[in-house]
Parts: sequence; structure tokens; C-alpha cells
Amino acid sequence: MRIGVYVCECGKNISATVDVEKVVDYAKSLPYVASSRVYKYMCADPGQELIKKDIEELKLDKVIVAACSPRMHEPTFRAAIEDKGLNPYTLEIVNIREQVSWVHDDKKKGTKKAKSLVKSSVMRSALMEPLDRKKVGVTHKALVIGAGIAGIQAALDIAGSGYQVTLVEKTSSIGGKMAQLDKTFPTLDCSACILSPKMVDVGRNPNITLIANAEVEQVDGYVGNFEVKIKKKPRYVIEDKCTMCDDCVAVCPVIAHDEYNQNLSPRKAIYIAFPQAIPASYIIDPDDCLGIDPLICSKCKDVCGPEAIDFDMKPEIIEDEFGAIVVATGYDTYPIENLGEYGQGNIPDVITGLDFERLISPGGPSTGALRRPSDGKLVKNVVFIHCAGSRDPAKHLPYCSKICCMYSTKQALMFKHEVRDGTAVNFYIDIRTGGKDYEEFYQRAAEEAKVVYIRGKVSELIQDGDEILVKGVNTLTAETVELHADLVVLATGIIPSQGTKDIASVLRLSLGINGFIKEAHPKLKPVETSITGVFVAGCATGPKDIPETVSQAGRAAVRACNIIAQDEIEVEATIAHVDEMLCRGCGVCVETCPYSAITLIDTKRFGNTYKVASVNEALCKGCGSCAAACLNGAINQFGFEDKQILAMIQALGEE
Amino acid sequence: MEDFEPNIIGFLCNWCSYAGADLAGTSRIQYSHNVKVIRVMCSGRVNPMFVINALQQGADGVLIGGCHPGDCHYQHGNYLARRRISVMKKLLEFMGINPERVKMAWVSAAEGRKFADVVDEVTEEIRKLGPNTKIRRKNEW
Repeated sequence: MRIGVYVCECGKNISATVDVEKVVDYAKSLPYVASSRVYKYMCADPGQELIKKDIEELKLDKVIVAACSPRMHEPTFRAAIEDKGLNPYTLEIVNIREQVSWVHDDKKKGTKKAKSLVKSSVMRSALMEPLDRKKVGVTHKALVIGAGIAGIQAALDIAGSGYQVTLVEKTSSIGGKMAQLDKTFPTLDCSACILSPKMVDVGRNPNITLIANAEVEQVDGYVGNFEVKIKKKPRYVIEDKCTMCDDCVAVCPVIAHDEYNQNLSPRKAIYIAFPQAIPASYIIDPDDCLGIDPLICSKCKDVCGPEAIDFDMKPEIIEDEFGAIVVATGYDTYPIENLGEYGQGNIPDVITGLDFERLISPGGPSTGALRRPSDGKLVKNVVFIHCAGSRDPAKHLPYCSKICCMYSTKQALMFKHEVRDGTAVNFYIDIRTGGKDYEEFYQRAAEEAKVVYIRGKVSELIQDGDEILVKGVNTLTAETVELHADLVVLATGIIPSQGTKDIASVLRLSLGINGFIKEAHPKLKPVETSITGVFVAGCATGPKDIPETVSQAGRAAVRACNIIAQDEIEVEATIAHVDEMLCRGCGVCVETCPYSAITLIDTKRFGNTYKVASVNEALCKGCGSCAAACLNGAINQFGFEDKQILAMIQALGEE
Repeated sequence: MEDFEPNIIGFLCNWCSYAGADLAGTSRIQYSHNVKVIRVMCSGRVNPMFVINALQQGADGVLIGGCHPGDCHYQHGNYLARRRISVMKKLLEFMGINPERVKMAWVSAAEGRKFADVVDEVTEEIRKLGPNTKIRRKNEW
């Protein structure tokens, strides 16, 4: 056995607090170690060449790299040693950066810990066995969850590459939050005008199967072969038959809140979310309808010419297989109810940014004339409050929601275009205009349109007669500010949507500290997640503007296509295996396995039939729970064998 | 006892706790050097035998880190670990070993700060308990 130990300096990231030369000298003193070297950047080409050269010249059997986390460069070094004929799974990585040099200032203690970890890896490496690369077939089809602009773009891009894609949307129409916007910054493009062509494309693309009013309930399987259960809620209107004539709406006796218009206008129990909705079909909201029962009320059914209404529709479970999944479940806005200082939603003329979009939209509740919710009076003075709930770690969200400076500026500009003699005042903490043409847009608002910007927070909003008293502070002049407004718009921050939380729990995705889906790497793997084959796009990973969302969706689509374009894909090699001679067929492992990957089978031994455990290699995901449960030590895990772990324990115990 | 530096072996699951430890690193959060980590794919892989073995081989304490309840990457491995370790602690007590030498912690991939705090707390607790002498074997090799 000849092991090579390669210690990385990582520039100064490691060598500043770990004496790498000492680690190398120590490694040389360990059993089986035939060579040990230090290099400035082991992951760089010369570093990898150094290892490859040693494998050839020194006839190494095993390689250990003491560097950064295996979550970072394990694939890099596995590929490097495989290049020289070594089995990639015999590679050992010692994490002396994330778990030593970056967290321990004391060089002596750090070096000691690094040595100890190297020793344990040498012990494990000596017992490592070559593993087979396991391959499975791939379903050439992708699933996109959520059909806002992110999901729409991802679905269109996957379909555009020639692959089948299923797009699942929770609400009755695709379009998401972008469909609610009136205009977009920094071009003041009409949101519906740029979005609806894409929505129409989704509707008629033969490669896209759209399932609206549905939710993903269960996902099993693994990369290349996800088995998905989708629950399609009844629409009570047959999509293909509905001609959108609106006759049903005229007769429906129920008045309900219109969610699309942020509950600022009424709709009927049978309705279409908005005129451009896709699927282009009405829907009955069962919570609003008098009973989905012709005995109680069947006015809409009676009047429907094409006989599109079907009260007997039942929830439908659709089961399908997909090779890759894109999660694009978007965002919600920070609840106004949490903002005590701004009236908790009890002051009718204190509204959110999304409310404002609907109010000023020609398709909105007041057909474009900006009337305030309380009394319908035309608005003359508006105050926009930035960071409502954002950048406030003590009470609200700790992070910057990124788009609020720009959307408040956009809304102020839209207001000034609408009401030429009106005043728009923005209270801000900092103006953040990082984006192409964003700073120019802000300058235009401030200088040309005379939108007023006051640096400082608003401390309180009080109803004062039919106006709102805004109490704040100007931190540039160190003066308190009090002014009256007809309407106050809160730039409420972005939070993960309920759908994002739900799908994260169905897929078991890791979440970051703020509840958004965590990327596999914040910089270089921004759409990859903790689960291979599952990608994420848009605000499900954090606040984003539209251009960023669209480009991220494109990358997610490409990454999904990378998988579904292949016929075979490599899966986990570190799976469970059974020593039949030790197995007594008790079945404890069968009960333990979360994936039902283990079954008891009959085996013939010396003419007798015995029950023994058997692992289905395609189902096993390599958690090792069975290996910990087996009373006989008959079941074990490739790459994490009992003997390998015990060898590490021994090395670490000795110090 | 002041200068006693406990030797603690940590078993961290790949998806949550190990990633949390990596995050503590990338965030440069300083913590005690006493916990040395063995990476396993799931806390459910931690055979109670490993824990006993660690104490035999010279560890003064053992830390097992898994995903938060309900968040296990492998559905319920962390629950299995929790059950096994709590039963094993009873066995340790029976053997006359303070079960407080064995700790379980739920640390998510987002909790770098929590990981550092857990390591510091465990280190201080084991430091107070002093060196483990009970079933420790004498090493010859």
C-alpha cells in the first residue's frame, strides 16, 4: 500500500494558521505514506499535475488531499486521480480549511488538529476499497414547479431545447407576481405587454404540459428518475370547453375578494384571474361558491352555452416521472400586519407596493385613475416608505430585499406621470441602484420628475382626519419631519413564499437562514441545490429583479437539460451492501430503510434455504441507517464501512 | 483541571451539520479546536458502537450532529440516531460513564454560528467533566 498525502496552502488561507510543512513531515511518518508534499494551490492545474506525476512515478495506490471541504473539490480531485487509473472513490479529502485554518487562530493548536485529521484519513484511506461507478437510465422529461416569470422562462427554455416539460402552477393561471405589476423598471415597460406573449407561448408550445390549479404533493426517486405525484384541484370548469364569454359571471350571485387585485375589488365565485390568464378558462372557487351543488345554485351551469361547467369534478392525482426538476416558487411580501409602527394594516390608505401596482393599473380596481382605497378620492400626495420590514434585524427582516428602492422609485415616477401636479416623497435608508441603467432611472425620477427623496426612517403613521400624518426624521439635516399624505405606500420586503416552504419540505431541500432555498454554492452553483437534479430559479433563492430571475431561469433550464439530454447518469456509489454469510434474516434493516430499498430474499446455502437481506441498488441512497441498525454487522455501506470509521475513531482518539 | 484540553470526536451528517461547520469556516467564526470531525452521510449512520469505541479509544466526549427534526435529507435518519443515542446513554449510565459525555445537536446548513456555539458549549461541558478514564484502553501501537 502506497499513499500520497498532498497538503494545500490555499494561498495563505490555510498556511496562515496551519504550519503546512509540519503537517507534511508528520504525514511522512505515518504508515503506508510513500510521499507527502505541499503546494500553494492544489486545485490548480500544476497542483493536480503534481499529484498525477507522483501517482505515475511513485506508483501510488491511494491519494489524500488536505485542503478545503470535500463539498468543494472532491469531484476535482476524484477526476484527477481517475485520469491516472486510480479508483475515484479511494480519494480522501481532509478538510483543513473550513474546519481548521479558518476557525482556529492559534497556529499551534490548528496544526495539531490538522495533523490528527490527516492521520485519521490515512487510517481510513488504507482501508478504502475501489467502488464501481453506478449508472441508471434517465427520463428525458423535466418538471418545473411554479409558473411566475422564472418558471415560465425555464419551461420555455427547456421546451425550446426540444424536451418535454411539465409546468405545475398552484393558482388558476400562470404569470405569478409579474402579472400583477403595472410597469417594470427601469424602462417603464408595461408588465403585461412583455409577459403575456410568453404566457401565450407556454399555452401553445407542444413540448409544454401545463397543469394549473395543482400542487406537487410527493417526490420520490433520484436524479434522472424522480417519481412525482401532482394533485390537480378541481376547476369545475372544463378548460377546453370554456369560451370565456363571461355569461356565468353575470349571473353568479356571490361577491368575493379579487386576489389578483390585492382584494381591492370584488369578483364573483366563478371568475377568471385576469383577462390574459392562461389556461384561458374560468374557474369556480369552491370556498366562495354557495356549494358546488346544483340543488343550491346552478345559475352559472344553466347559462353556460358550451356546457363547460362540471360540478362533479374531483381532485385528480397525476403521477409522472421526470429526469430533472426546476423549483420556481417565488416570493410573498412581508405582511403589513407585522408592521405595528405603520398601522398593522388598520389604516386603509396605508397600502403595499403590490396594492399600488393594482391601483394605478388601467386594468385595476379603479381602472387606472389613482383613487385611494378608503373613500375613492383622487390621490395628490403620496409617501413611499422604503425598507418596510427590510434591513431591520431587531424587529423584522435582517436582509435587503433588493428591488424595493427601484420599485418605489418606479411607482413614484408612475404617479408623477399620472398626476402631474402631485407630490411624491420617498423615505429611504440608502438608495441601492445596482443594475443596468438603474442609477440613471433614479436620477431621472429625482431630477426630472422632481420626486422628493428624504434620507431617514418613518417612525409612525397616524390617521389624521382624512389624511395620514407621517412622522419621520431627515438624517441628513438631523431634523424631524412631519407631513400629511393622501396615500402611503410601504415597500414591503420579499419573503419566501408559502409554496417555497412547502416544496422545500416535499423535496427536502436545504434552506438558508432567511428561509430561502439554499444554493449548492452561492457564487458558482447559484441554481443548483443540495439535491442533485433539482434546480432553483427566481425569488425562491432570495430577492431578485426580473432580468436576474430570467437569466437564472435560463441557467436552471440548461442545467436541467444537461441531465435529461443523457441516456444514463451516474448515481451514488456509497450504497449499502450485505454479507449474506453474516445475515440472519431478522429484517431490522428492512424496517429501518427510508426508501424500502431492502427486502428479504431466499438464498440457498448447503442445500438449505435461508432468508437474507438484499439491497436494491437503484433505490438505495446511501444514508447508512441500515448499517447502524444491523445487529450482526452484516450490512455495511460502501465508502463508510464500519472498519473504516473505526480506524478513524482510533486515530482521533489517540490524538 | 484548568489546562485539560478535552479530545472530542464529532460525527456530522453531510447535508446539515457538516455543511453548517463549513459555513462557520467560510464565515470565519472562531471556536474551540477540541472537536475533530468524522463526516458521515447521515446521523443515522452513527452506530452506537462508534460512540462506545470512541470513548474506549481515548475520546473524552462525542458529538453527533444531524439535521433538524423533520429536515433529514434521508427522511428520518436523524430520528433513528436520536432514539439509538438516547438508549445508548442509558447503557453508558449503567456502565458508570457520565452520559453527558455524549451530545446530540441539530445544526442546519445555514447555522454556522450555531455550530460554533455547540462546539464551544460541548467543549466546556466535557472540560468540566474531566478526562474520561472509565473504559479507555491503553494504546500499544
